Amino acid sequence: MSSTLKKIAIIARFTLLEALRTRLPWIALTMAGLLFLGSLFVQHIAIAETARMQTGFLAAALRLATVFVLSLHVAASMVREFNDKGVELLLALDLPRAGYYLGRFAGFALISVSLAILAGVVMLAATPSFAVAWWTLSLALEAILIAALALFCVITFVQIMPAISFVVAFYLLARGISAIRLLSQSPLLSPSEWTNRAVAWLVDALAWLLPDLGRFTLTSWLVDEPPGLRTLGFVAAQSLVYSALLVCAGLYDLYRKSL
Amino acid sequence: MIRNRRERPADAVPGLIRALLLVLLTLHVAMTVTQPRPTARAEELPAPPPLPVLKTLSGGDPIPLAQALALHLQAFDNQPGISIPFAELDYGKVLAWLKRILELDPHTEYPLLMASHLYAQVPDEDKERQMLAFVYQEFLADPNHRWRWLAHAAIIAKHRLHDLPLARKYAEALAQHATAPSVPHWAQQMHIFLREDMGEYETARVLLGGLLASDTIKDPHELRFLLERLQQMKGAENSSSPSEK
Repeated sequence: MSSTLKKIAIIARFTLLEALRTRLPWIALTMAGLLFLGSLFVQHIAIAETARMQTGFLAAALRLATVFVLSLHVAASMVREFNDKGVELLLALDLPRAGYYLGRFAGFALISVSLAILAGVVMLAATPSFAVAWWTLSLALEAILIAALALFCVITFVQIMPAISFVVAFYLLARGISAIRLLSQSPLLSPSEWTNRAVAWLVDALAWLLPDLGRFTLTSWLVDEPPGLRTLGFVAAQSLVYSALLVCAGLYDLYRKSL
Repeated sequence: MIRNRRERPADAVPGLIRALLLVLLTLHVAMTVTQPRPTARAEELPAPPPLPVLKTLSGGDPIPLAQALALHLQAFDNQPGISIPFAELDYGKVLAWLKRILELDPHTEYPLLMASHLYAQVPDEDKERQMLAFVYQEFLADPNHRWRWLAHAAIIAKHRLHDLPLARKYAEALAQHATAPSVPHWAQQMHIFLREDMGEYETARVLLGGLLASDTIKDPHELRFLLERLQQMKGAENSSSPSEK
């Protein structure tokens, strides 16, 4: 292993250690436990399709909670490092900026996978089905993409509030972009009006730039039918390409920063 | 991108990263563009969630949620042509959605517009009648605000369904319940002309005469038009009387 790779691995390891010491596992466990109890409550009050209702609630809540906790952790961790001048200290060493950034990203990606596995285990308690494996895999890929996004936002905005606001807005838009495209191109809207055409074109352009998170980690995989290989392939390819794109965008900003 | 004093020039970024950024962006856009466009399928329209669930989700502000639900329902028409996809929808579910939207926001007229102008346009008489019945039922809950949708329903009943008794029922409901000054006279008079169309000249003449005698019509043009119609009705009644005997 080359010296830079070793340093990247060390930074990733310390990122994991930081997560342990900031009690992230306990927070994630408590959150998962509370959501499981919430799903039992939903199952209890449902008068029909109780298992389906419980699975639906738990899957949607775990997905949102995982993304929320992960993005907050990434933002808080990076901002703390900026404020403690840890970044300056690290970059003063014989380490390229890319090495530092990739090390941090690798650590956050491992945390993303761990959170997704925890969500998968809780999901398995409610829905003992093989489809949970695909759901967990998709959640891990989605979480990695969100970790890359949160890291990019913190590098760009430096403060927690704008970074998290951007992540939340981006996530909601990426989850709803397919529905927004449908609405913008309804045949009920006159195609002859230039404003309708312009709106539809703008929405299309936005959809080309955003990942289609509406196709990731679907509850229907658990309650109806599991995803096909084609769907999983798309999720994996999109997560890989978009995460890499965000890492490059973050690196671009990091290299331009005058520390 | 705005450059501030704490930023280094773009040349400070290694060429590999800049190239990768462009390649990955192009790859992502290519992947997205080659994916099929999202489509709404009629069979995917589920039943709406129960009202208590929706009220909980609305966080005490149901109007934006009602608007979002209306747009969501509207997205299920998004296929080439209009009549075919609407006809494929499960109208029981569509009605449940429309009712739920009205329950969340009783002042909105969007569901009534969708029912009378969109979903009632399908080439399926049963479905058309379902939608007209929905408009009639909801009209009775707030006649002075919802009269225009029932007026449209009466026109559909007459011209598309060729069901004059149904059209007359709606028109009479308009005359009976939509009595606010903001409701135009033509809507309140509709039932008279429908009776005329049905050959009930005498009843139509009596109703029109009563309307003119009530002194509610102030516009001289409208008054003259109605008087002319009254004369025509009298003429038609006289000409039809001998044949009936």
